[in-house]
Amino acid sequence: MSLIEAQNVDFGHGGQRVLQGVSLALNAGEIVTIVGPNGSGKSTLLRVMIGALKPQKGKVTRQDGLRIGYVPQKLHIDPTLPITVDRFLNLPQRVDPTAAKQALATAGVAGVGNRQMSQLSGGQFQRVLLARAILPKPHVLMLDEATQGLDQPGSAAFYRQIDAVRRDLGCAVLMVSHELHVVMSASDRVICLNGHICCEGTPEVVSAAPAYRELFGTGTGGALALYRHDHDHGHDHDHDHDGHHHHKAAE
Amino acid sequence: MLDDFLVRAALAGVGTAIAAGLLGCFVVWRRMAYFGDATAHAAVLGVALALLFGTSITLGVGAVALLMAVLIHGLSGQGAAVDTMLGVLAHGALALGLVAVTLIPGQRIDLDAYLFGDVLSVTRTDLAVIWGGGAVVVATLWWHWSAMLTATLSSDLAYAAGINPRREQLVLTLLLAAVVAVAIKVVGALLITALLIIPAAAARNYASTPERMALLSMAIGALSAIAGLRLAVIFDTTVGPAIICVAASIFAVSAMGTALRRLRSA
Repeated sequence: MSLIEAQNVDFGHGGQRVLQGVSLALNAGEIVTIVGPNGSGKSTLLRVMIGALKPQKGKVTRQDGLRIGYVPQKLHIDPTLPITVDRFLNLPQRVDPTAAKQALATAGVAGVGNRQMSQLSGGQFQRVLLARAILPKPHVLMLDEATQGLDQPGSAAFYRQIDAVRRDLGCAVLMVSHELHVVMSASDRVICLNGHICCEGTPEVVSAAPAYRELFGTGTGGALALYRHDHDHGHDHDHDHDGHHHHKAAE
Repeated sequence: MLDDFLVRAALAGVGTAIAAGLLGCFVVWRRMAYFGDATAHAAVLGVALALLFGTSITLGVGAVALLMAVLIHGLSGQGAAVDTMLGVLAHGALALGLVAVTLIPGQRIDLDAYLFGDVLSVTRTDLAVIWGGGAVVVATLWWHWSAMLTATLSSDLAYAAGINPRREQLVLTLLLAAVVAVAIKVVGALLITALLIIPAAAARNYASTPERMALLSMAIGALSAIAGLRLAVIFDTTVGPAIICVAASIFAVSAMGTALRRLRSA
């Protein structure tokens, strides 16, 4: 049986259909990524999965006692609310101080425990959110565009961290991302969403699927090629930059 | 000791300020100031109804504040223009209350007592209500602290942890009604929001965690109550506004202190 499963979920608000007939099951230990254009319902689907939104049709079933670690897209802490990183990690449940230290180290922000949340940089903040999410040893880790505001090396490091966390805890990971190149290489399964599920499967299968190409364009030959294309630039710095159009995806 | 009206007034002020100081932190963190105003203004309507039906003022105020709080809670879930609705409800209830009070036959009541408080006339029964109500507020917040704090930070984080943030908000709303019912005798309907917000705001920059801010806020509230009462007796002024003046002064000093610290570290 899967850990958490959405069955035939419809969700809409203000007369607008956001999700239509979406089914999704998450099994232990796998990394599943949801990709899709802006407004395709990625975040909505995640919020339906954690129970923040009630679907109008269909249902979400969880295994009994399922623990979810959730990393939101962004978290605004009101400036009137003083809170240290350590205190934040202890919400809602008190945790062992050594476990908290350990989680910060795992998330790549060792030693920020005494800092105010408001003093953290964007990257540190996201990592603290990750540390808090992994503290209760969740069965499922859900991340909603968790690398927003990080630069490319930063987000690549963040995804490596998530992979390490997955191996440590053996938890399943469900994440939403628009960073196709990073996501494609890190996932076991990719779900391409645009209100409904357009296609799903291994990264290779999805990036070759016509529905996916329709959404993200074929000009660069899909995300994997886009990634390679980007990658090439680094090695070509002695070349004339205006001339790099010959590195087309056909390569 | 309770025979002295000044001792009773001080106890009433401190009891109210402690409950309001604690709840006020959530009012500040969640930006519910206007929400507090609406609930407090509805209290005047509660006074009118209590006089009309001959029940206790606390009961009337509590019931109407509760009704108002639940109404606003329901509306805020609908995604309507809450700000405007609050304005309409708050001032509509206040105006209706003011009209209703003057229409009650055979009653000549001192309206000022309900608008600005009349802590010097607090009875032993009032004291029991204030400290009983205050204890309920503090105990409930203690019980719900973690869940409420999580819901205040982010409703999605709360849902993911199995906490229902709407329920926590409803609890806060009910507590707000309780504080209004308790505080109307001390600072009056017009200044209850001040007692909620000012001590919490003054505490903000001197606390590193929510818990420390809450404790400091309660302390500042209690200090304001005692000092305000003392000043009111010396200068022969109304007590409620004097308490708020002291709290506002503490806030001003706190804000200046923060500005100085910033200047020094800059």
